[in-house]
Amino acid sequence: MVNAGEKDLKAGNTLNVTLVVNGTACTFEAAPWTTLLDTLRDGLNLTGAKKGCDHGQCGACTVLVDGRRVYSCLALVVMKDGAQVTTVEGLAKDGTLHPLQQAFIDHDAFQCGYCTPGQICSAAGLIAEGKAKAPDEIRELMSGNICRCGAYPNIVAAIQQAMSVLGGKA
Amino acid sequence: MINFQYTRATDVADAIRLLAAYPEAKFIAGGTNLIDLMKYGIERPTRLIDISRLPLNTIEEVPSGGIKIGALVPNSDLAYHPLVQQHYPLISSSILAGASEQLRNMASTGGNLLQRTRCLYFYDVTTPCNKRTPGSGCSAINGINRGNGILGMSELCIATHPSDFCVALAALRAKIHVSGPAGNRIIPIEDFHRLPGDKPEHDNNLERGEIITAIELPESKFTKHYTYLKIRDRLSYAFALVSAAVALEMDGDRITDARIALGGVAHKPWRVLEAEASLHGQKGDEATFARAAALLLSGARAYAHNGFKIELASRTAIRALKQATNGTPQDQSSKKII
Repeated sequence: MVNAGEKDLKAGNTLNVTLVVNGTACTFEAAPWTTLLDTLRDGLNLTGAKKGCDHGQCGACTVLVDGRRVYSCLALVVMKDGAQVTTVEGLAKDGTLHPLQQAFIDHDAFQCGYCTPGQICSAAGLIAEGKAKAPDEIRELMSGNICRCGAYPNIVAAIQQAMSVLGGKA
Repeated sequence: MINFQYTRATDVADAIRLLAAYPEAKFIAGGTNLIDLMKYGIERPTRLIDISRLPLNTIEEVPSGGIKIGALVPNSDLAYHPLVQQHYPLISSSILAGASEQLRNMASTGGNLLQRTRCLYFYDVTTPCNKRTPGSGCSAINGINRGNGILGMSELCIATHPSDFCVALAALRAKIHVSGPAGNRIIPIEDFHRLPGDKPEHDNNLERGEIITAIELPESKFTKHYTYLKIRDRLSYAFALVSAAVALEMDGDRITDARIALGGVAHKPWRVLEAEASLHGQKGDEATFARAAALLLSGARAYAHNGFKIELASRTAIRALKQATNGTPQDQSSKKII
């Protein structure tokens, strides 16, 4: 891609970025056009977040940034300098699955599993937000995560189980 | 994605100065629309000026009544803010009808106004589009135009504005606070977005170099008789085929003030003052609503695939007026349309 306007633009144009990812501080150089998703997957080898559509339409790339669920494919990592990022890899503690991970197993809330890391991170954000209680509300506030296998009924059941285990704290 | 330079603005004056210094730069806040458009090669800024850390992220009451919403308040924070939920439930409802919670967590209040159309041909860089490439032609007029507009269109463009929030802002007569090289100004929402006319490349009347700093809502009157009713191909996380924002003031069974704006039908939120005036002093009955809907849709034009929108918009307006009159606003979680 040729950018006519600014002659000094070149691939070596990088910025220093620090993120705290799953509790560990990481400092690295990033080009301005690098998304948070590409940083996680290609730079930090955290491949839980998936590149489904890469356009903010599927939810497979969902991670938590400063505790809020976002699409990492639509976030530039240079804009997130200093942020706390939690991916699906950071949810289990000391070898014990997060209640959402356990609930997804208990309810068989997946088929192919491709959307699952995004579903689980999104559900963690949902529970922390505390806006959804009834199944209707869970469905509406989880609509940003598409499951093309159609495991939705079991995903809703899994989230309800995790909600009761967590008592509103993800 | 395309390559570009990156600069972080330190304050509003710095942002304005940077944009003036780099003519091919763009501001970025939430980035949910801009980054997507850059991935498709539709937007090609040579520099992004990051305004996401500017101190424009509060919601404050203003002395004259009303509230002022900072341009960088995330859509989700705005929808769930106690002042907004209590005094401007139409705003909350319209935001929660749009996008997904992840996008609402990222997207800014100001950016919501500036999102581009989702016309299929605007997004398809292999086809002509006057909005994307002025003078190249409109592929939608004789193409797959099911999602396109029916009101106020031009021979050069039949794109719609995709926002739900802006439809509610239009109904509530919001004011957009803007800063630029020439100073500050306030643009009424009805003058913010524009019809495509002979310059469809311009979505709005913001001047080059200006930045939205806040959105002001006048004192709240519409806390009971309101609704945001959105009709779409799937029940969540989809753009409107047609939507209606209605806010009424009632004295007993008489309507004393009425606002109605339609989304999904035009290049801007669609209001018709005669339609609103026709409701004043009337009882909220079917005949009154049908007359208002007819005035709203007056001059509507169907293209090959979107003729259904005229009847759909009429029925949506009537249904929304009923919901508002009855004080039974559309719940965005329960999908039952009452």
